[in-house]
Amino acid sequence: MEYNNYMKVEFESKSHNEAFGRVVVAAFVAQLDPTIEEITDIKTAVSEAVTNAIIHVYENKIGLITIVVVIKGKEIEIDVSDNGKGIENVAKAMEPLYTSKPELERSGIGFTVMETFMDVVKVYSKVGEGTRIRLSKRIEKFDSEVREVK
Amino acid sequence: MESFYEVQGNKLIVTLNGELDHHTAKSIRTELDQVVLKKRIENLIFDMSQLRFIDSSGIGLILARYKNILNIGGKVAVVNVSSRVDKIFMMSGLYRVITKYENTSIALKHM
Repeated sequence: MEYNNYMKVEFESKSHNEAFGRVVVAAFVAQLDPTIEEITDIKTAVSEAVTNAIIHVYENKIGLITIVVVIKGKEIEIDVSDNGKGIENVAKAMEPLYTSKPELERSGIGFTVMETFMDVVKVYSKVGEGTRIRLSKRIEKFDSEVREVK
Repeated sequence: MESFYEVQGNKLIVTLNGELDHHTAKSIRTELDQVVLKKRIENLIFDMSQLRFIDSSGIGLILARYKNILNIGGKVAVVNVSSRVDKIFMMSGLYRVITKYENTSIALKHM
């Protein structure tokens, strides 16, 4: 039978919460028995998405960031959403080394990291309404029944 | 996040301890730049042995320190890089400008 699960968490866009966001997602997906490398990939990608919202979307204001994680079989779908200013040009924002804030020592590789460490990255954004980043990854779970036989 | 600093002549060894993200980068940046200025540091070695997490904000911090050090004619190196940290260093292109050595003593000999 296919295993499904869901969780949702909402927190303020404070930089303290970057660690909270990635750790809470890692704890939830741990039930799929991922490898350490898969967990690190997911934590890093989530950290990039949450940091983007804190720095670029809300800037010096405090807003809310929502993370929804859906598990469908071996597939994990992570949505990181904000109700901020939105991205005018998504393709430009996703270009490697592009940063709107070079003065903050941003490396401009946030989206490249997400794309490298996850299978699929999709960005839905509307100016004045907000942004949702969808990060998907397939976990090559070691079948629990096979393990019991061994 | 607490970092450890060891000065050897004009060389500084920074041991990053814990998780390096946008939040923790702020305090490290201030602390590190002060040590570099006060101790007239020319070469910088980042020891990654105690680092449990790094994302692109951490890469940004290291690359910005590299630019500063380059301006005064020095070198930057990374040592004790785990396979997890190595993955993001490789994809970010960090190794195009910063050399990786196995450990601190080897790095010190080359700098």
